Amino acid sequence: MVNELGFAPWDDPGAAPLIRIERVSKRFGDFAAIDDLTLDIYPREFFALLGPSGCGKTTLMRMLAGFEAPSAGGLVIDGQDMAGVAPNKRAVNMMFQSYALFPHLSVWDNIAFGLKRDRMAKPAIADRVDEMLKLVQLDGFARRKPHQISGGQRQRVALARSLAKAPKLLLLDEPLGALDKKLREETQFELMEIQEQTGTTFVIVTHDQEEAMTVASRVAVMEAGRLVQVDTPDRIYEQPNSVYVADFIGDVNLIEGRVGALGDTVRLDWAEGRSLTGQAGGALTPGAAATLVIRPEKIAIARDEPTEANRVRGKILDIGYLGNLSTYHVALPEGPVVKCSVTNRSRLSRRDFTWDDEVWVSWSDTAGLVLGA
Amino acid sequence: MRGLSVFNIVSLTLGFAFLYIPMVILVVYSFNESKLVTVWAGFSTKWYGEVIRNEAFLDAAWVTVRVAFFSATLATVLGTMAALAMMRRGAFVGRTLFSGMIYAPLVMPEVITGLSLLLLFIAIGLDRGVVTIILAHTTFAMCYVSVVVSSRLVSFDQSLEEAALDLGCTPFQAFWSVTLPIIAPAVIAGWLLAFTLSLDDLVIASFTAGPSATTLPIKIFSSVRLGVSPEINALSTIIIAIVTVGVLVASVVSKRQIAAARRDEVLAARA
Repeated sequence: MVNELGFAPWDDPGAAPLIRIERVSKRFGDFAAIDDLTLDIYPREFFALLGPSGCGKTTLMRMLAGFEAPSAGGLVIDGQDMAGVAPNKRAVNMMFQSYALFPHLSVWDNIAFGLKRDRMAKPAIADRVDEMLKLVQLDGFARRKPHQISGGQRQRVALARSLAKAPKLLLLDEPLGALDKKLREETQFELMEIQEQTGTTFVIVTHDQEEAMTVASRVAVMEAGRLVQVDTPDRIYEQPNSVYVADFIGDVNLIEGRVGALGDTVRLDWAEGRSLTGQAGGALTPGAAATLVIRPEKIAIARDEPTEANRVRGKILDIGYLGNLSTYHVALPEGPVVKCSVTNRSRLSRRDFTWDDEVWVSWSDTAGLVLGA
Repeated sequence: MRGLSVFNIVSLTLGFAFLYIPMVILVVYSFNESKLVTVWAGFSTKWYGEVIRNEAFLDAAWVTVRVAFFSATLATVLGTMAALAMMRRGAFVGRTLFSGMIYAPLVMPEVITGLSLLLLFIAIGLDRGVVTIILAHTTFAMCYVSVVVSSRLVSFDQSLEEAALDLGCTPFQAFWSVTLPIIAPAVIAGWLLAFTLSLDDLVIASFTAGPSATTLPIKIFSSVRLGVSPEINALSTIIIAIVTVGVLVASVVSKRQIAAARRDEVLAARA
């Protein structure tokens, strides 16, 4: 969403980043949780750190909050070097995965907690707390204790508490992990709205790729303490820079082969005398091993031979009915199974294809991406 | 509701008889008119009057309460600190040794604890009295406090303290305004346990008490050696009454808390 409004400070060489992470490493004994990582995050961004558990995303966030110190490298927030700065001295607040609401304090006192530490005047604290309660739509619950409200409300209290001090940077550690799917989706949009209203820079840690894609202006995909790709959600999805990213985000078909002719498009020889074409995703050398990456929704399925650049024949192995879509698994005689998803646009239960049908699957020469192995 | 079978009734009766017959006898004979404990000579409360007028008993009781109060307080502070250090600071050199050493006095025979303390006090030339009993009781009670507080800290969500730091607390403020209020029930339970252990102790107190201070258990024990008097029965009955009231109050309070927690759950579900 933010993108469509033309918000892209990362493309502007003159923009000053809010956070500079420069060649940061964090080692626990022999294990490198963060390995020589460099990253800039800009003001007003909604930045997502995405990766499987153990990839270092939480460690990176805890370093920004000040709970861990980097083993090497530098961390600058808003022009200030963070080396040796304690968590309570940083203009950074964090929303914890467990919410970490103080069980002995009311909702009101939880939100006021950080303001009281700042020795703010009492009326000013009351105004700010009321403002925060309105922001998260919890006006009527100020006197309740955390165990007297629902899980979704606790999540809002945690958000209000971490925003109350108007931090320059808000860190969110798997903020929606404990909510059920429906509430999670609603809350994602609320989070985006609150982020825009307050103009705070958000950094969210998540292992849920859909969540990262929905909320973030940019997504950093991490693996084993390193950044694999940092890009806008659409580019992460459509222009993954590696098979790892393509495979981590969404559903994908991976067809392995060798690079053939290079031109506007790339030819990939994937079986004896058979080739497919796609766009080059990075530098390729003819003859080298490569993978064609193609999303299931970009593949069409038909009974008669289509005319598109890439077409292969196979047999339907499996059909997954998801309501809005159906996914066909088509086994090719050469070995690979191609997943192809079709939107169910009509309510009629007319089935064009069924198990063991011989079908053609096809896609255009620009639909797939050829990535070096 | 199902009725109790004959077997249940018999086992209940036997169990309770085993537990309470000695105490019932003690209470009954405390109201005995006769000076001879084993001969019933009619109902009387005169021995209660004797106890209240007995300066030696009152002095001993006052010493016992003071010792229990101060040693429980000291043990709670030290035991809580030890528990925090062990549970929170992660792995440090000698942690296993330290935690082993903190629990060792729990299984150490009291006679040995008492004797070693006595030797220490003699060695450093500390006159035995109220102070030495307080120190001795603190020594063994802090182990119990640390066990109770540690078991609470196991389930303490570390991120609560981090949240407090994140919101601008210094580490000490975070402990004082977040950790301590949350673990308070365990700290109070540890204090009560230490208090009770101190009230109860005879062995260690008799090693470390001096002529200037005698605790109630020592006093009772030494009077009984000269023969059981109905006065002792009366004193013991008073103690039983105090303990009974304490237990009843505690159970009513905890029942109320459970009911309040249920109400909160309903409230949360409706919210």
